[in-house]
Order: sequence, then structure tokens, then C-alpha cells
Amino acid sequence: MRGLSVEFGSGVERVTAVRGLDLDVRAGETVAIVGESGSGKSVTSLAITRLIEHAGGKIASGRIGFTGRDGRVRDLATETPESMRRLRGPELAMVFQEPMTSLNPVLRIGEQIAEAVMLHQGVGHAEAMAEARRMLERVRIPEAQRQLTRYPFQLSGGMRQRVMIAMALSCRPRLLIADEPTTALDVTVQAQVLRLMASLQRELGMGLMFITHDMGVVAEIADRVVVMRNGEKVEEGTAERIFDAPEHPYTRALLAAVPALGSLATERLPVPFEVPDGPSPKPQDTVRGSPVLEVRDLVTRFDVRRGIFGRLAGRIHAVEHVSFDLRPGETLAMVGESGCGKSTTGRSIIRLEQPQDGTIRLAGRNVTQLDGPTEKLLHRTIQYVFQDPFASLDPRLTVGFSIAEPIRTHRLLAGAAVEQQVHALLEQVGLTAQHAQRYPHELSGGQRQRVCIARALASEPRVIIADEAVAALDVSIRAQVVNLMMDLQSRFGVAYLFITHDMAVVERIAHRVAVMYLGQIVEIGPRQSVMEDPRHPYTRRLLAAVPVPDPRRRWREQEVDDSEVPSPLRAIGDLPNIEPLVEVGPDHFVARHRVGGLY
Amino acid sequence: MLAFILRRLAGTVLVLLTVSVFVFGFVRLLPGDPARLVAGPDATAEDVAAVRADLGLEGPVWRQYVRYIGQTLRGDLGRSAKTRQPVIAEIGARFMPTLWLTLVAMGWSTLFGLAVGVLSGVKRGRWEDQTAMVLAVSGVSFPSFWLGLLLIDLFSVRLGWLPTGGDDDWRSFVLPSITLGAGVAAVLARFTRSAFVEVAGEDYVRTARAKGVPERGVIWKHALRNALIPVVTMIGLEFGFLLGGSIVVETVFSWPGLGRLLVDSVSFRDYPVIQAEILLFSTEFVLINLVVDVLYAVVNPEIRLR
Repeated sequence: MRGLSVEFGSGVERVTAVRGLDLDVRAGETVAIVGESGSGKSVTSLAITRLIEHAGGKIASGRIGFTGRDGRVRDLATETPESMRRLRGPELAMVFQEPMTSLNPVLRIGEQIAEAVMLHQGVGHAEAMAEARRMLERVRIPEAQRQLTRYPFQLSGGMRQRVMIAMALSCRPRLLIADEPTTALDVTVQAQVLRLMASLQRELGMGLMFITHDMGVVAEIADRVVVMRNGEKVEEGTAERIFDAPEHPYTRALLAAVPALGSLATERLPVPFEVPDGPSPKPQDTVRGSPVLEVRDLVTRFDVRRGIFGRLAGRIHAVEHVSFDLRPGETLAMVGESGCGKSTTGRSIIRLEQPQDGTIRLAGRNVTQLDGPTEKLLHRTIQYVFQDPFASLDPRLTVGFSIAEPIRTHRLLAGAAVEQQVHALLEQVGLTAQHAQRYPHELSGGQRQRVCIARALASEPRVIIADEAVAALDVSIRAQVVNLMMDLQSRFGVAYLFITHDMAVVERIAHRVAVMYLGQIVEIGPRQSVMEDPRHPYTRRLLAAVPVPDPRRRWREQEVDDSEVPSPLRAIGDLPNIEPLVEVGPDHFVARHRVGGLY
Repeated sequence: MLAFILRRLAGTVLVLLTVSVFVFGFVRLLPGDPARLVAGPDATAEDVAAVRADLGLEGPVWRQYVRYIGQTLRGDLGRSAKTRQPVIAEIGARFMPTLWLTLVAMGWSTLFGLAVGVLSGVKRGRWEDQTAMVLAVSGVSFPSFWLGLLLIDLFSVRLGWLPTGGDDDWRSFVLPSITLGAGVAAVLARFTRSAFVEVAGEDYVRTARAKGVPERGVIWKHALRNALIPVVTMIGLEFGFLLGGSIVVETVFSWPGLGRLLVDSVSFRDYPVIQAEILLFSTEFVLINLVVDVLYAVVNPEIRLR
């Protein structure tokens, strides 16, 4: 690729998304393109396959030389649409980020894979289906024959991404472009998919262009790294060189913002991220007093009904006998993978879901049964920050109105004092008073999440439940928001129940960690002792799967466990095996499930 | 799938029973003595008693209801107050013309609406799209009595190509079905277009292109089937409305259908016929909704297999 520029729109509204990009990918080589949102990395990948034209963009200049299987070199920037279509599949293939939405929901898995085979290899339906089955076996999907007739919604996210990979590789492409293929997956599933992609790449000898924002993933898989920012390449080099001796300041800032698991192994307390040119951060010693939130034996189950009369067919055991305390100024990280019940636990505490059993005490008062006063207390004292700052602010209301609403609802202030308080809150979260007049769409993702935090602070809560509150943010923004939350904690003594899947963020922010698996807390204790000395087999598996941003430590695990987490859906009367938590160290508790016999 | 249909059928029966209670209660809730009202001001006491028996207004209410349900199930809907003919025969004679007209109108407007909608969706923002959407807005906004009269004026009066009314042969279907279907085609075109545009931006459409599927296949195989999911519901609703018989179109074209029967029976206060028509329309509507739900499950495996 030489001097590639990609533009969107025309006339005065023209935006250049990629500017003068040079890039090489050799056969059998893995090149990672890294950068944050708006860096142009996805646009580059769509430009190579010319799918950019369907997304409203066009290649303005430059050439993309592509050596096909027949040895001919074509310029992809100028090929006809029909010729490009013939190249997509057998020569160039793509895997996208969202396995949930990238497969056609109304077509069977087998048909979707066979379609590409029939189109490009000119074989009949039966033969294409046989090939589809072989591909499913190749990406290690169990019972491949049976999966052929299933629909995407019947598969888990990890399985769908395997299907996407099977589909992309079904015609043995020369170049595979993978755009954030593991971002939507859980860490253990991510580890499985990364290893699968690497081994298939070796087998087929294809070039792999891997687009990601995750430096840990880059270290795991890349031979060479290209760092992009605002549509331009800022640095390029081998993975080792980029990680050991980054030259460009942006690359250095990007790497500094990447939380490296193990960097706080010797520190007992959480420590904010380092800020370039800022003072070196101090450990966060903020835990004071007796518990503000006490949860005992919380149980939340969802009925699953089937059949003609909606017969009760089973229950999803989302939360099973979960108990924990949260003290003022403390951050308890609730970690685990999709479906483990960590979000449902948070939602059950503030009664977005109705728990079946258990007690919840807030500042010493029992708020399990809600009446008028306790409901007010609950909703004022506990606030929630959700994952998606784009979806959790009303697009038709100004930011100021959204922040003022809890103040007015709880009648904390009246008249002009409300507005002053809104301005003060905005300044506390690093925005300005002028932001109160803005609408959510005028703000960036990081700014919106700051607004959500300001809104949560508005009712002067003692507990904030942050449900994947930084997961949707770019790394540098994520570090800023985490630092903001820690700063607010040291100033106001607010306690966080920090629900997340990101172990590296946990290491930064948490005083204590609770690991959830299939609705239960299987391990809970001080962050340092849980992460440095994990006792439960699931905790170990989770920590082992976290990619480390160091290319020299890749493939440190010989074989990844290829199994899937079992479903929390159980038949009526089939109760899960709940083991009591046993103290194994100071304040460190583990459920003594027999290894492998957990369920 | 079978369980799904059976469950929906059970729900349908429940809805129909509810409707029957309303229809049954309707005459009984009329102010004054409905029998006297129906029999007219000059009727003798015997006449009124006969009408009362005819309307099933004797005895305790629950027994009246049981009798009403029993008779309805046997197809006995009483006699028309106007013609003294059995209501079932009156309605039967009018049902087929309305059904045929509806089928023809729905047939062309569905094909036309879907085709125009997909065309607009594919050529979004270009002249094809803009022309189609101007037509669609016109189709929705033209009142059908006016469109009907314009068509009669042009094709029947001036050109003499087509009859002005009646239901004699295929030629008499042309103008009423165009008048009846214009609004439906317009609504469907707009609806299909927006569904199609939404689906065209989905990730799986990009996936289809990424594996080299020709544009034709992208549109018809990957996009349209998903876009049809909401459109199917729309088609069912429109079909249900039309099956009730269009009062305006049937009046303009002297079409001997249910719409005109309803107008006649309301102006004559022919309660047994009105009752029967309400029951018929509700049944049709509920059954069509059932069919729509089944079709919905056919196009959407997520509903079918859950």
C-alpha cells in the first residue's frame, strides 16, 4: 500500500479519514494495526477490500498492490467492482468485530459458509456443505455436522466468531483482514480464538492484518506493528522494537496507558495510572469505617418458560447465594465472564431485577423489603454508572438537565442552587460549566462517561455501582476516567462496586476482588492476594488468559482450555452445587469446588 | 413450530370469546327496549314480542349468552330485520365479492409496494428513490373517493374502456382494486424502503459483500429476507382492514360487498346484521393476525425455535 488516502463525503463536508498511508503485509506475516477510535485503522481495512464504497467513503489517491494466487499484481485501488467481488473470498477475506451481528440471523450456519464456497469454487451444494463441515471442524467447533443446520442466535459469541473465521478461510485467502475480532469476546474465549487464528495462519501461509486497540493482543500475535493516529501512520516496527523502544511520543503514551497485569504485584493498595509529565501517583488508602453495604445470600433466578402453556422449563441461576460487604472509600471489583451474574448482582441490589432471596443492608438499615422511605434511601444512596455512555444519556435532554434530575428528584436543592450544583459537579469530573447546555451527541465518549459519573454523584451517594463503566472507552481515555473515579473516591469517600471483565483495570482500582462464576462468588479477598495467589481453578484460568503487553512472554501457556463455560440455565429442581467460602489467608476466601467438578 | 401455532390458536379462541361478549352485550346496552326500537313505532305488542324472541332477548342474561353462542357456532346468526332473510345468507352473498376485491387489491399492491420499496432502498437518494417516494406520498394522501371518481371519469366516462361499477367480469375489478390498493401500496413502499435501508446498514450485509456475494444476492438473499420481517406484519394489518370491506370504494363503484351491507344495515338499524358483521370482522382480523404470526415465525427462526 503506497500513499493511500481515503475520504468521506464531498465538498465542504469532505473528511479525510486516512492520509498517505504506506503499509506492507507479506505472505505468512502478521501485521497489527493499532490505534484508538478515529485513527483510521478500520477504514484502512475496508479500503483494501473496497467495502469502503458501501460505507460512504472512497479511495482518493494511492495504490494497493496485491499479489494474487496466480502471481499477478493488481492495484486494488483501481480494479473494477466486479473484479473486486471475485477477489473477496478466495484472495481477500475479512473477520469483523461483532460476531453477534456479523452473521445473517435468518440463514443457517452451514448455508452461510457454503455460499462462499459455491460462489468461488464452482462446486455444488452438497460438496460445499461437506466443505463447510470440514471448516467447522478446523476451527474446532464440536459436533460440526449438527451445527451446520443451526442459526447464529443458537451459538455463543465465541462459537459465532469461530464460524466467521471458518467462513473467511473457506476459500483459503491469501490475505486475512481481522478487524478487532476478539474485542467483543471474553478473555478466555479471546485466548482460544487468538491461538486458533495463529495456527490457521501458519497452516495456510496467508498474510494476516490484525486491527486492534488492545496492546496485549498485539504483543500476543503480531510480527510487526503499525501505530496509527488521526488517519496517519506515526510509527512502524517489529513487535519487540515497538514494545521495548517506542520512539514516537504517541506510541509511548499509548503503551503507558495500557494496564499491564502484574505491575502492582508488590503494592497492597490501588494506585492511579501515571499521567505523562504529572506527579507520580500515590497509593489509594481510603477505606474507612464499618460497611456501608452488606449483601447476604442474594439469590436471583429467572424463569424460562416453554411450550404451549408456557410451562416452567427451567431457571437461569444468575445469582446464587452471593454475600459481600463494601466499606466506605472501598472499591470491590466484581469480575467474571459474560453470563456469570456480575451485572445481575448489581442490578438486583438496586432492584432493577427482583431478587428471590437474601438480605441487603444499607448503612445499617435493612432495605431488602422496600417501602416508601427505604426505597428513597436506596435510590439516593446507591447510584449506577452503565457501560455504554452513548445509550445511557437521553439524547433529547441537555447534559445539565440529566445531572440536575437526581437533585430535583431527591429534593436536595431548589432554585438557582441546583444550577450551581450542576456546574460544580461538571467541574469535579473535569468538564466545564458550559457543558451543561450541550446535548450528549456533541460530546465524545469519554466526556459522556464523565457526565454519567457527574449524574451519579449528584444525589450524594455513598455507593456507586459501575457496570463496565470504562469498557467502551479508548485506553488513554479509560486511564483518565479510572483516575477520575479514584480521585473522587479519595475526596468523597464513595465506595465502588466495580463490575468489569478487565483484569488489568481491576489491578489498578480495586482494594478487594470478587470472582464470579456461574452466579457464585468463587473467590473473594484483597486484590493483591487474589491476583498474586489465586486459589480457585477458575480464577487461575481467568488470569492465565489475560494477554500481557510483552511480545517476549507470548504463548506462555502451552495449551488453552478449549472448553466453554457451562450455561447457568438448569432444569427445575436441579440446584447448583454451592460450596461455602473458606478462609485461606487474611480476609481471602475461596469456595472449595473440586477441580473440574464445579458443575 | 406446532406448539407455537397451538399456543397462538388458544389465544385466538380467547380473543373471539371476548369479542362475542361485546357483540352480545351491544344490543342489550342500547337505551330503551331494543326490540321495540327494531320493530318500529307502529308495531303491535305481538310484533315486539316476536322481534324480542328473534333477537334472543328472553330469559336470564347468562342463558341468553349460552343460547347466542350455541346458535352462532351452528351458523345461526338470526334474521335480518330488513329483509327477514337469515343473516348468514345475507352476509354470505356479500362476503365473496369483498374477498375477491381484497385479494386482487392486496395482490397487486403487495407486489408493487415491495418492488418499489426495494428499488427506493437500493437507489437511496437518487431520482428513482425520489420519484417513488413522491408517488408514495401521493398514494397515501389521495382520498380514495376522489381517486375512484377520477378513475371513473377518465377510464369509464371519457375513454369507455372499463365499466363504472358492478362485479360482472375481470374488467370490473380493475378500477376498484386500484382505488382500494393505492393507499396500501404506498404505505408498503415506504415501510419496505425504511426496513430495507436499515437492514442494508447491518453488519451481516457487509459480511455478505466481504465474501464476494454478487450485489443481486446481497439484496435478495441477505437483505430482503431480514427486511421482510417487519413488513409481513404490516401486510397482515392492511389485509385485515381491507377484508372488512371498504365503505367508500364499494359505494363509489356500486360493489355488492360487506362495506355496502354495513352502510345499509346501519342506516336501517338492522341489529342482527350489524352484530354478525362485527363478529365476522373480528374473526377475520384475529385469524389474519394468527397467519401473520405464523409467517413471522417462518421468516424469523429466532421466534420459531425459541
